Amino acid sequence: MLAPTPETVSTLPSAGRVGMLSLIVAESAIFTIFVVAYLYYIGKSLSGPTPRQVLEIPIFNTICLLSSSVTIHLAVKALRNGQRAAFRAFWIATTVLGATFLLGTGREWRRLIYADGFTIQTNLFGTTYYSLVGLHAFHVSVGLLALTIVLALTLAGSVTREHSERCDVLAMYWHFVDAVWVVVFSVVYIIGR
Amino acid sequence: MSSSAVATSELALLRAHAGRPWVETLHEWVTTVDHKKLGLMYIGYALLFLLIGGIEAAIIRIQLAIPHNSFVSPQVFNRLFTMHGTTMIFFVAMPILFGFANYLVPLMIGARDMAFPRLNAWSFWTTALGGLTLYFSFVGGDGLYGAGSAPDVGWWAYAPLTSTAFSKGHSTDYWTIALLVSGFGSIGTAINIFTTILCKRCPGMKLGKMPLLAWLNLVMSGMVLLAISPLTAAQIMLMIDRYLGGHFFDTQAGGSAVIWMHFFWVFGHPEVYILIIPGFAFASEIIPVFSRKAIFGYPVMVGASVGIAFLSMSVWAHHLFTIGMPSYSNAFFVLTSMAVGVPTGIKIFNWLGTMWGGKIRFDTAMLFSIGFLVQFLIAGLTGIMLAVAPFDWQLNNSYFVVAHFHYVIVGGLLFTIFAAFYYWYPKMVGRMLGDTLGKWHFWLFLIGFHLTFDFMHVPGVLGMPRRIYTYEPGRGWEIWNLLVTVGAFFQALGVLCFVINLIKSYFRGAPAGNDPWDAWTLEWSTSSPPPAYNFATIPEVKSRRPLWDIKHPEDPDWKYE
Repeated sequence: MLAPTPETVSTLPSAGRVGMLSLIVAESAIFTIFVVAYLYYIGKSLSGPTPRQVLEIPIFNTICLLSSSVTIHLAVKALRNGQRAAFRAFWIATTVLGATFLLGTGREWRRLIYADGFTIQTNLFGTTYYSLVGLHAFHVSVGLLALTIVLALTLAGSVTREHSERCDVLAMYWHFVDAVWVVVFSVVYIIGR
Repeated sequence: MSSSAVATSELALLRAHAGRPWVETLHEWVTTVDHKKLGLMYIGYALLFLLIGGIEAAIIRIQLAIPHNSFVSPQVFNRLFTMHGTTMIFFVAMPILFGFANYLVPLMIGARDMAFPRLNAWSFWTTALGGLTLYFSFVGGDGLYGAGSAPDVGWWAYAPLTSTAFSKGHSTDYWTIALLVSGFGSIGTAINIFTTILCKRCPGMKLGKMPLLAWLNLVMSGMVLLAISPLTAAQIMLMIDRYLGGHFFDTQAGGSAVIWMHFFWVFGHPEVYILIIPGFAFASEIIPVFSRKAIFGYPVMVGASVGIAFLSMSVWAHHLFTIGMPSYSNAFFVLTSMAVGVPTGIKIFNWLGTMWGGKIRFDTAMLFSIGFLVQFLIAGLTGIMLAVAPFDWQLNNSYFVVAHFHYVIVGGLLFTIFAAFYYWYPKMVGRMLGDTLGKWHFWLFLIGFHLTFDFMHVPGVLGMPRRIYTYEPGRGWEIWNLLVTVGAFFQALGVLCFVINLIKSYFRGAPAGNDPWDAWTLEWSTSSPPPAYNFATIPEVKSRRPLWDIKHPEDPDWKYE
């Protein structure tokens, strides 16, 4: 067969991006089911407490997570332009913001469990709340693990401009986790409360 | 194909197998990331489970052959139909289709491997772990309570039967974990197939020039992403209920048993199309080659496939007509379910259009494809009957439904899988599958299939419910059940011919050469079996039938497409 000629060469999309987008589609379907369950069970608990009695709106947490989307975007942009110092600074900021969010969720759960005695077994609200927020927190943890690995490689000096696309694929995941939080926040703390 | 090339490929085969310690060979297979080896492992693994699931079906049929039979106990019977259904869907049909997709998609789009070879290996071993977990339940399902063994909650595991109160021991947990784990494997493979098709095509292979098999697997993998995920979510919820004391499906705490049905069938119905669409893919490659014509209406075939995928996402609640829904929900799901018949009908007409006026060669692969066409049409017609809500109220959960979906999955899917074996085995092994044994396989299986599943409709109409352990004489069910069981043994004989054929042809089959069928897609341009790198030089294509263009330079396809 012939060597590729200009008219038949077409640029195909990057496998990393398409793969990550496919994963995001699958993850979205998983979250959709949990969100549907949450919405369906709002107000159906047979016993207390109700969301309004125990939930406080995690505004600081939300600001942290959403701003980490901005910092990771700036980090990848810096890496693409070869500004490795700026990349490192923004990447550290992203990791710290993500960790702060996870810590905040941990503190919220600790208060709910130990101060309010509210667990996954308490009622339907407890079951759906811990499942949905927990599923999201699990995804944040996985993202944070990946961020930390890249951070370690960055501090070791082995992340360079040529890795910008891989970092961008990771950033897609992180943006997805943030977008899911917007949905979870709206469902749990606004609609459900 | 010259004889010297045959000799070379045989020599390569011999060299590969002679004098190597078996540990080395085993190590090579266990650690491989090659899409062809992984594809073959998927297929081998699925064939093993096909035999296990088939034996379970045979025991079920022996039990039901005559009234008041006590061949197995009721408890064992419940485990058998649960394991049979779960095994056949998740550990036979899905892996075998993923196996063929793994093997064929990179070859047909002119790629050297899948987009993510290591993810591919991970997905296979995860799926394998799922199947082993399911069957380990026979040993470990007793749990602390000493209750249970293999899962016995039915393959759709309706709540609240799966709650700890009604399913003691660990049998249901093994079922849940097996499906969860194999679901992760399926999602991984789907991501891989989807990405491979979009990102790894050879120069010139635009989306509109892809073989239909690639198109249909693209559609299938997209559906897996959307449909397996809800099952994963539902299994996580069930585990939260069973292990952490959650209340998702706990009706006593305000939870809903019906929401499990919705979550399960949001997966369950698209799943049927996830299975049958790769079956369409096989038929769409085999029928043109054995009719000696290009596929009729390629763009319409693609459109109809996407249409089926789209519609199939909105039909799930036709499984819930008898549960009780508002009349507008009933009307919606009746209409969407019937609407699926339109793109499916278009596909059947296109296959007929491909055969029309063609010089049809009745090789075994083509016989199975023709069987598929006829049987899938009948399965579709009973499907449309069941989509009518009042008809479904009468016959849901009867043997009519069992006959209907076996008609789809055995008469439709399994026939195309057998066709795919006869068509691609020469490529995978380098030797032809025997045609005489193949004909025996086809006719025995065809007779067995029709004895079993044609007659299974009748006791359903006469009111025989599915999943019953035994039945009273004198209801007019006896003769039908006996015929159904006799048919099952004809099918078993057919499968026996198939297995003998697979083994015998591996050692003694006629050498296949690169292109035994005078076919037109890229996998036939490389040696049989293909080398690890598939193509010495990455091919470049100008039409949907690149090998036709090479064989007929005076009349190439790209002039007309």
